[in-house]
Amino acid sequence: MREWLLTESPASRMQASAGRAYRAGGQLLRNPLAVVGGLIILLLIVTAAAAPLIAPASPFGQDLANRLMPPSAAHWMGTDELGRDIFSRVIYGARITLMIVALVAIISAPLGLVIGAVAGYFGGWTDRILMGVTDVFLSMPKLILALAFVAALGPGIENAIIAIAITAWPAYARIARAETLTFRNSEFVAATRLLGASHGRIILRHVLPLCTSSMIIRVTLDMAGIILTAAGLGFLGLGAQPPLPEWGAMISRGRVFILDQWWVATMPGFAIIIVSLGFCFLGDGLRDALDPKSAGKS
Amino acid sequence: MTTRPMLTRYRPPRFVGAIGGFIVVTALTFLGLLAITFFIGRVVPIDPVLSVVGDRATNAQYEAARVAMGLDRPLFIQFVSYVGDVLQGDLGRSVSTGRPVAQDLLRAFPATLEMATIGIIIGVLLGVPMGVIAAARAGSWVDQIIRVLALLGYSVPAFWLGLVGLALFYAGLGWVAGPGRIAVFYDGLVPQVTGLLLVDSLIAGNGQVFWNALDHIALPSIILGFFALAYIARMTRSFMLDQLSQEYVTTARVKGVSEWRVIWVHAFGPIRVPLITVIGLSYAGLLEGSVMIETVFSWPGIGNYLTTALFNADMNAVLGATMVIGAVFILINKTSDVLYRVLDPRSR
Repeated sequence: MREWLLTESPASRMQASAGRAYRAGGQLLRNPLAVVGGLIILLLIVTAAAAPLIAPASPFGQDLANRLMPPSAAHWMGTDELGRDIFSRVIYGARITLMIVALVAIISAPLGLVIGAVAGYFGGWTDRILMGVTDVFLSMPKLILALAFVAALGPGIENAIIAIAITAWPAYARIARAETLTFRNSEFVAATRLLGASHGRIILRHVLPLCTSSMIIRVTLDMAGIILTAAGLGFLGLGAQPPLPEWGAMISRGRVFILDQWWVATMPGFAIIIVSLGFCFLGDGLRDALDPKSAGKS
Repeated sequence: MTTRPMLTRYRPPRFVGAIGGFIVVTALTFLGLLAITFFIGRVVPIDPVLSVVGDRATNAQYEAARVAMGLDRPLFIQFVSYVGDVLQGDLGRSVSTGRPVAQDLLRAFPATLEMATIGIIIGVLLGVPMGVIAAARAGSWVDQIIRVLALLGYSVPAFWLGLVGLALFYAGLGWVAGPGRIAVFYDGLVPQVTGLLLVDSLIAGNGQVFWNALDHIALPSIILGFFALAYIARMTRSFMLDQLSQEYVTTARVKGVSEWRVIWVHAFGPIRVPLITVIGLSYAGLLEGSVMIETVFSWPGIGNYLTTALFNADMNAVLGATMVIGAVFILINKTSDVLYRVLDPRSR
């Protein structure tokens, strides 16, 4: 199996990509921080999927007799102002966070990829106009722009996702363009063109797949920022609306009690920090593994 | 075959081109920013006419107000007149304060500037040495600690750190003053000259106000400084690693140059220019980050103004604040860009 994976002359496309994944995976496993990051993300996914099994109580079940109880054996993270178990709410919050980052990535990464690849592939005025727009978006403050968009679209988790995606794509377009430029004039593209492939086919089947690895690195590194922005919107009351157990919104509810019942606002914050750190660690590790040029840097 | 004589043409100094390009690019980016705020103002589901005439107006009144507000004109004409208004400093009137938005923002801006400036000073003074040390001892435990600390700066929500800081250092330990910019009984004691309270109180020679203001600004600006530090340290480390792997560094070491000199003179020298861009970017980022911090600390700056306006659905104020923060952000961004190009000796 190992030989088949590491062979210098793979017999099929599948064998080649499996071998590449194996080598990158090996690199990744040798990096302790990346392993920690990967485990955190795995934990996030498992928690989100199995939330009803893990959570000891319902995230919405109120128990006014036990409101604002400090952390104890019964309530690991204490209870909030309506007596809801904070630990359970944090567990269910993993679902919302995962949904937000997944949707933002699904919307913004392909959008940026296509815009960047088209700009880089065609060059000329197409490139200038598309990259002009990209640069304008890139030099805007992201959080402020997202705030203004949500203010206009109306508060809510869907609009928060749209607003974050609108501010996230330009970085991906820049990367995709830079990657495309490096092999736009290469022989394999020229050969494909001579075989009669259309521009669309060349971009989709031959250019975009080569951009994916740098895109995966960048998206992973951006995840922390996306989580923070989403939590910030939730904190300002513009993202997920109560009673949804979104971490940012939970911190916002606990703000009133921060001086006496510190756990209400603090606990969801730890969840945000751990998950964001996990994405940072994993992103750094992925970059070192997939992009040997910059290995070891920051 | 004779070679053609070299034509020596007058070439303007390089910075002229750089600055010319800077002006064009910045102007276009501003226009893009205005297009975005204009677009956001248009897609608002709230009908601006309705908010003026009320929902009991007759159709005729509604139409009259619509024409009076210029909303019957083509979108492009509306955009041109919007740009004209903004260029004249007219950002509309705030519904909640009743004052022109531009006037409100002018009053709020110094507070934000003061906090962000102290933040960036903290970030540079600590972040640069930390990045250099981390790179010089790459792989050691010092490096690991600085790396994780820097990554924390990417992972901790600013508003959460603000709340925890308040609970710990204000409520718990009593080391710093609470939210706000100054204690109520000191408010308005010193005449406004620059709008920066620390500077104004020094000009007025009022020590009590100065110490009280310092007490209030310490925690929020340290927290902002932490985020600047994280970014600056991370970038400094990466630049330094790049330099330290170059051959000239090995040559210097072989020559017997002291390690201190190799790091701080030979390797640090070339990264000063790219660091300017990094510092510029993180300064701009702090202006943005101050939105959350100001909200938590009830700091009377632009960020707080923006979030208050959000709650009141005061769209003129929201867009005005967005535009001003965006404009300052772009300006700092592009300025550090052009500085980089002017100062980088390779492009001379």
